[in-house]
Amino acid sequence: MTITFHLNGEEVTLEGADPSATLLDWLREERGLCGTKEGCNEGDCGACTVMVTDGRGAKPLNACILFLPQLNGKSVRTVEGAAGPDGSLHPVQRAMIDHHGSQCGFCTPGFVMSMVTAHKEGARDFDDRLAGNLCRCTGYAPIIRAAEAAADEPVPSWIAAEAAAKAAPLENMPNSSDALATLYAANPEATLVAGATDVGLWVTKGLRDLGQMIFLDACEDLKQIDISDETVRIGAMVDMNRMRATLAPLHPSYGEMIRRYASQQVRAAATVGGNIANGSPIGDNPPALIALGSTLHLRRGDTRRDLPLEDFFIDYGKQDRQPGEFVEAVSFPRQPDALRVYKLSKRFDQDISAVLGAFNIRVENGVVHSARIAFGGMAGVPKRASQVEAALLGQPWTPATITLAQGAFGQDFTPMSDMRASDAYRLDCARNMLLRYFADLAGEPVSVLEVSQ
Amino acid sequence: MSVAKPLPHDAARLHVTGAARYVDDTPTPRGTLHLAFGLSQVAKGRITSLDLAPVRSSPGVVAVLTAEDLPFDNDVSPSNHDEPLLSDGTVNYIGQPLFLVLASSHRAARVAARKAVIGYAEETPLLTLDQALAADSRFEDGPRIYEKGDAAAAIAAAPRVVEGTFDLGGQEHFYLEGQAALALPQEDGGMLVNSSTQHPTEIQHKVAEAIGLPMHAVRVETRRMGGGFGGKESQGNALAVACALAARHTGLPCKMRYDRDDDMVITGKRHAFRISYRAGFDADGRLLGLEFTHLVNCGWAQDLSLPVADRAMLHSDNAYAIPAIRIESHRLKTNLQSATAYRGFGGPQGMVGIERVMDHIAHDLDLDPVELRRRNYYAAPGTATGDNTTPYGMEVSDFELHEMTAQLLQSADYAARRAEITAWNERHARLKRGLAFSPVKFGISFTLTHLNQAGALVHVYQDGSVHLNHGGTEMGQGLFQKVAQVAASRFGIPLEKVKITATDTAKVPNTSATAASSGSDLNGMAVMAACDTIRARMADHLARLHQLTPAEVIFDGGSVRIGATVEISFDEAAKLCYEGRISLSSTGFYKTPKLEWDRIKGQGRPFFYFAYGAALTEVVVDRLTGENRILRADILHDAGASLNPALDIGQVEGGYVQGAGWLTTEELVWDDKGALRTHAPSTYKIPACSDRPDVFNVALYDGQNREETIYRSKAVGEPPFMLGISAWLALSDAVASFGTTYPALNAPATAEEIWHAARRVSDGV
Repeated sequence: MTITFHLNGEEVTLEGADPSATLLDWLREERGLCGTKEGCNEGDCGACTVMVTDGRGAKPLNACILFLPQLNGKSVRTVEGAAGPDGSLHPVQRAMIDHHGSQCGFCTPGFVMSMVTAHKEGARDFDDRLAGNLCRCTGYAPIIRAAEAAADEPVPSWIAAEAAAKAAPLENMPNSSDALATLYAANPEATLVAGATDVGLWVTKGLRDLGQMIFLDACEDLKQIDISDETVRIGAMVDMNRMRATLAPLHPSYGEMIRRYASQQVRAAATVGGNIANGSPIGDNPPALIALGSTLHLRRGDTRRDLPLEDFFIDYGKQDRQPGEFVEAVSFPRQPDALRVYKLSKRFDQDISAVLGAFNIRVENGVVHSARIAFGGMAGVPKRASQVEAALLGQPWTPATITLAQGAFGQDFTPMSDMRASDAYRLDCARNMLLRYFADLAGEPVSVLEVSQ
Repeated sequence: MSVAKPLPHDAARLHVTGAARYVDDTPTPRGTLHLAFGLSQVAKGRITSLDLAPVRSSPGVVAVLTAEDLPFDNDVSPSNHDEPLLSDGTVNYIGQPLFLVLASSHRAARVAARKAVIGYAEETPLLTLDQALAADSRFEDGPRIYEKGDAAAAIAAAPRVVEGTFDLGGQEHFYLEGQAALALPQEDGGMLVNSSTQHPTEIQHKVAEAIGLPMHAVRVETRRMGGGFGGKESQGNALAVACALAARHTGLPCKMRYDRDDDMVITGKRHAFRISYRAGFDADGRLLGLEFTHLVNCGWAQDLSLPVADRAMLHSDNAYAIPAIRIESHRLKTNLQSATAYRGFGGPQGMVGIERVMDHIAHDLDLDPVELRRRNYYAAPGTATGDNTTPYGMEVSDFELHEMTAQLLQSADYAARRAEITAWNERHARLKRGLAFSPVKFGISFTLTHLNQAGALVHVYQDGSVHLNHGGTEMGQGLFQKVAQVAASRFGIPLEKVKITATDTAKVPNTSATAASSGSDLNGMAVMAACDTIRARMADHLARLHQLTPAEVIFDGGSVRIGATVEISFDEAAKLCYEGRISLSSTGFYKTPKLEWDRIKGQGRPFFYFAYGAALTEVVVDRLTGENRILRADILHDAGASLNPALDIGQVEGGYVQGAGWLTTEELVWDDKGALRTHAPSTYKIPACSDRPDVFNVALYDGQNREETIYRSKAVGEPPFMLGISAWLALSDAVASFGTTYPALNAPATAEEIWHAARRVSDGV
């Protein structure tokens, strides 16, 4: 395996690299570039943020959960390459100094690279762009001041010129879903790696040996988004930032949920297919997609099958997926927007949900015509609230109906207590989310995020 | 003069370019080994079997050490000799180091460390305060009690009484750089240790003990830490000692850094408290008598728990003159991580206690909480008509909060906003806004009096450049820059001429931890003393050359004026002095004056002075889910005559957000076996970018220290942390709008806790 990529403008070729080696370890231990820091080794602190450029543009990624083969044909810029070849500082670096944006300095390289990437894209939504970079010293205020101060500065030539590298394909990185289907059917024990935001932790925290790995990143056809008058079909390899951009105009509440889903870095890597296929009971996409009435498209070799998304999740840790079978896409019907997705977590940004409730209720002539309600965090799988739905169907859309239906939650769910939330809290908040949905459709302010001073 | 200028952090350019080196970034010699601890999986018991064969045969493993392999002292405690580096056969918490793996890479060591097959004879662990209290499991013989007057009698005679009990959680430091150390064995058996520590001398001391050599054989160097917050005052001992022992064992350089999860599982955190109170007061809200009981969860080893618990007692008055008070503090020993220093060192816990009492009384009397607080404030300097002493008998002679409160309320538009929020809340049933004020009065000095000393070493080279060293460590707070500003000011030279160098036990010996906010107070004074010694020698020599008196030699603006007519550059002056065989190197020393403290009696003057602050926070909460956030914070903080306003404001902004995080989203959860379930940023939630207040107005109070500190500045590391208490009180204020019952919040006030409290208040129970 020969991996080729650009590092701070220079071509790098790696022969025989361990496919489960992370970019962070390689940078620090092999390359001697120690500006990129390890803060958590799980993609939650952003100290290892680098800018990766491919055919779709630049994105910030966490180097700690980025495997070397994922870089093939891309360009990587680390903090050492943020300044120009002549040493002149990038405008965000200058601003970080002038606005006292660093104290201990350990998170700073990661912030700088998130800011460099946001600056290149002309972004101004700094709270979202930097949600994946934790700082324990500054309270963030001076960092935001720095980001704002640098926003109008021109993009430096060395950043503007960054483009993807040329590289030969890798044998364990198929370049189409057909090639993937063949390779995976022949090697059903292999580990599929999409964005590695989950699998990465198997390596960095689980210390697992992954054996054969198949990287999906070159399957361009799995990155397609098709929106017709009837259907929205999203390829399994669509990352969550593209997912957000796609969903926000159709179902703004879903878009808002994805804004809070992980961080810019994680969203840039994480895929919708991965979020479904890993079967997590606390993945945020499945409940929302179930509420939209989604169909999952699976493929094994040349055999394809479709199933309602909720049927894919059989039990905790158990999905309806055969060896060698993979998620090709998910689709849902176009529909008037009645979807609301409520994400409850200890921290608003970049936190795993304690409860995620997705509500999609159609009311016609004051009566509930259809109801699809699904939850994450309430059971061992993403799960529909069938009894609640039944309690609503055909009933007048009134507070009395809501109260009645709230009583059905206990029949649908027996949530657990863990470090994120207690069972009682989960159940009551799930109930209250129905109340919130009613108020939401009535146009009332329902979230503290809507209140400003 | 460079003091008082808002200069950037000295390493800012290195930070933003990634060039700033931390321990793990230091290039290491070929053959450097990497270490990892094997950890206990049970909270209490004995090891009955320890099969390390799978560890030894794991790829890359060079050696595995257990307690039996240690040649000298098996101890890394900073206080009580009760903390073995490696288990002596008993285990005391989940995460306790049992054995040490030496391997060719960090990953190889981590992989191997998980392969041991360990048998335990498990015993029932003590995990909660109730369990520890019932078992009388504690440090010190019994509770420590500080008293002033007869609190019980005062409460009994008081027109009104409130009482309550609440839990106050601990806090993970979450320094972005995990613990790390590197030991380089020297030719004579000595050891050079590079450590991410707030306390190089303690590292030197413990390493010397562990390898059986005098302290002179161990040199510890610390250039910077990626955050400390108290978490690197004693918690770095284990890594440095492990590295030194492994280096001694193999003759090879050895490095150790904790993976984040290991770091959170192994190291201590802020002490969790349960605070009970009973307060008697009159109809105007004036406190008459107050009783506190502190139950302190110290974890398994003593570490710094006694002075932490003391400091909590010493801040149980905060800003209020309390005629009669009794504080009883139980330091309980449990089978959890050994709680340790954390920014504020117990002060925040004590302060939350009294602020809770104030909040409760204001609710009880339906009195404006700010007005209530002002009525109970200590007297302003020169205005005291009666007793104005703390519960420990110290006169409060520098109380700035009357003026600061007035200024803050005006700049933050308190009265109008209070009215607007009340009206808004009447229009909203499920969302409520809250507003709360809290003051800070924080005592500055180590309560262990002998620690209040510092040394410095300053060289002036013959080209006029200055090399600066002192005992303080840099963890992001900007200490090195502040102290360099002092040095530049003493010599009247530009800051660029002063070279800041790593803290080094071979340059300045017997240092105290950079802790207790003391860094610039102590080291600034020591550096000033060193600079002034050199400057006096230079002035003396230059005056003699011109037949003038030393007083006629003025160092200013990069020049030296000698009499009325001669002006030479500082560089020339240095060269002249060198050629005149004048010593251009000096140590400097400082010890804080006026301190006298008896911690057993709880009487005396433990603090040189107090630092003050005032904060007003506005929040919004949702009754349905308990979700909440900070909308606005206004802060006025007292840094005396600031040495560097930009760095000080950085401490205030950062301290506030960290303090608010402690009391809101930062929840530590252990399971019923004693395993920490929140051991990574995925589960332990420090504030993220959008959690800072939407509107965040921070200003420094225009004042100066009434005591003679370095350029009349005040310590600023810890005090602003406690400004975050206002966020917790604002949540209480918002929740109170749901009914008439007092919310009685616990901390942290997570969304779930707010949900609980809102239900209590709505249900009127």
